[in-house]
Amino acid sequence: MRAFTVVTSKVLPLDRANVDTDAIIPKQYLKSIRRTGFGPFLFDDWRYLDPGTLEIDPATRRPNPEFVLNDPRHAGAQILVARDNFGCGSSREHAVWALDDYGFRAVIAPSFADIFYSNCFKNGLLPVVLTAEEVQAIFECVAADADALFTIDLPAQTVRLPCGRVCRFDIHPHHKHNLINGLDEIGLTLAHADAIKAYEAKRRREAPWLFE
Amino acid sequence: MGRTLYDKIWDAHVVKEFGDGSALIYIDRHLVHEVTSPQAFDGLRLNGRKPWRVAANLAVADHNVPTTADRIRGIRDPISRAQVEALDANCAEFGITEFRMNDPRQGIVHVVGPEQGATLPGMTVVCGDSHTSTHGAFGALAFGIGTSEVEHVLATQTLVLKKAKAMRIRVDGEVGVGITAKDIALAIIGSIGTAGGTGYVIEYAGTAIEALSMEGRMTLCNMAIESGARAGLVAVDDKTIAYVKGRPYAPKAQYWDAAVASWRQLHSDPDARFDAEVVLDARSIEPQVTWGTSPEMVVPVSARVPDPAREADPVKRSGMEKALAYMGLAPNTPITDIRIDKVFIGSCTNSRIEDLRAAAAIVKGRRKAPHVKLALVVPGSGLVKAQAEAEGLHHIFLDAGFEWREPGCSMCLAMNADRLEPGERCASTSNRNFEGRQGQGGRTHLVSPAMAAAAAIAGHFVDVRSMH
Ligand code: SF4
Repeated sequence: MRAFTVVTSKVLPLDRANVDTDAIIPKQYLKSIRRTGFGPFLFDDWRYLDPGTLEIDPATRRPNPEFVLNDPRHAGAQILVARDNFGCGSSREHAVWALDDYGFRAVIAPSFADIFYSNCFKNGLLPVVLTAEEVQAIFECVAADADALFTIDLPAQTVRLPCGRVCRFDIHPHHKHNLINGLDEIGLTLAHADAIKAYEAKRRREAPWLFE
Repeated sequence: MGRTLYDKIWDAHVVKEFGDGSALIYIDRHLVHEVTSPQAFDGLRLNGRKPWRVAANLAVADHNVPTTADRIRGIRDPISRAQVEALDANCAEFGITEFRMNDPRQGIVHVVGPEQGATLPGMTVVCGDSHTSTHGAFGALAFGIGTSEVEHVLATQTLVLKKAKAMRIRVDGEVGVGITAKDIALAIIGSIGTAGGTGYVIEYAGTAIEALSMEGRMTLCNMAIESGARAGLVAVDDKTIAYVKGRPYAPKAQYWDAAVASWRQLHSDPDARFDAEVVLDARSIEPQVTWGTSPEMVVPVSARVPDPAREADPVKRSGMEKALAYMGLAPNTPITDIRIDKVFIGSCTNSRIEDLRAAAAIVKGRRKAPHVKLALVVPGSGLVKAQAEAEGLHHIFLDAGFEWREPGCSMCLAMNADRLEPGERCASTSNRNFEGRQGQGGRTHLVSPAMAAAAAIAGHFVDVRSMH
């Protein structure tokens, strides 16, 4: 997994609450059996005026000029900011793959849905929880100057706004450690194979019907 | 101090504590479907890994499968077909039991698991699908996971988890006639909001929950995720045990008594402490209808579409305005004035036999309104379909002008051919009314099966209690 330490970038302001994973990547793209290539379909229904499928070349479609992702002022932003409950709905990890494939490294919101939040950490995307007031301040900064640079420092657990204000965020030490070091969680868990086997042996005695 | 039901299941599954608030948790049952698993199987192959315990897995294709009778000849859409074939090939390669598309036991994964007895009290159950919360109805800790976690469970039979907080929602009293588990679920979400349960595992308790059938409890726990909670739970009682008994994956005779004895412990202790507690009065719950693009945008059928002008919070107000624009609704419209184009009775929320019976009871001897273009009934599994046909329910639906289909997710998320066209309005028994969920530009109103059936007959929403 790609490591995350410090990212400095412009911010893309998505001024919506309850952005669900169906909106992040609509179902027709879930038919892909690959992990990559979802970036062109990120926020598909909002982003294009005509409908799309996996077979249609996105370059031939009409972008919706009203949608913030198509606003050239925000091109190249690697940080997305949105309102409450970001990533609610379906468990599809494709939502994280699409954000990552598009080029986002972090999402800032006042709250995230649980499954989306944990999916982020498996893919090197950093979800940052700030207060609603701090998020509002970020929206205001971006509205004043779309080119302003923000810095997310994971080791320090801070977001530095262009005005110099520094917001601290919480993150579980386990998540932080794996993300900074880009660790593969399965490999780490398999280091505990003996503990898993010991658990299974004990459990098999206590509840043999689970192992039928 | 006493332990909650969640504490008890958690404690029984800790393989290793990491000392930082996270733990390695053993997973008893892993359910697999075609959409969220191919990349996980690829990951296994890439790293030369094998499933840790093959027998813990059970697979079924549900999201992509066509629901028309001609599916016996295969899936026409090449991309859907490739995904279902990938599941078949992966299960064959790794030796995982799969109910294939034309197997009579095939169906929606959250209907199939309990029906087979593959979901048992006290288990940890996961699936790459957020509605895995459904299985919590059995006093199992059940939750949805992403594809990387699917791979992690396949490879290690465990997950690294941080313990959630515990919330109890008590619904006390008796619900009125015609009020179902779906109405309770929607009323709860209306009350705590779609993020109200974020970070929690919810235990549903109280006399109204105890009175629910297992089907009803599954409907309720299914929608725990729509209130933000990754898992919902209901304590084990006689109904739970009676439901499990005799199912193909239920404990064999020699283990049955020991299993039941351990399941009897699966309730919160009287002195257990919850991090949050919510109380609802069952008698105050009316039939519910959503009006917007989030399940929390819900009102009783007797109410009107709310007016954003009366919302003080600017973020909420703009959310309401966006939702009303998408839904094509004017503020203050009486819910019963909303005309519908299509009806969908199905999904892992409401496609079990009890749901089909409730809908059929309303439909019987009536016909769908002429302007309703499609009224789709999609049983949750092949076994539910067979049971319904044995009871003659399909005749009731067909005589009323409804369509009777093969099992699958169908128009719940419209990955197959069943979908809404832009602007079409649907009374749906599914669980999500997000923009485009049932087809791009489609407008979804979530209701109970009886309410959906009543809307099909009337052509607009009606209070089902007036039709009994
Ligand atoms: S029926 Fe709908 S909610 Fe349930 S598993 Fe299928 S797509 Fe998901």
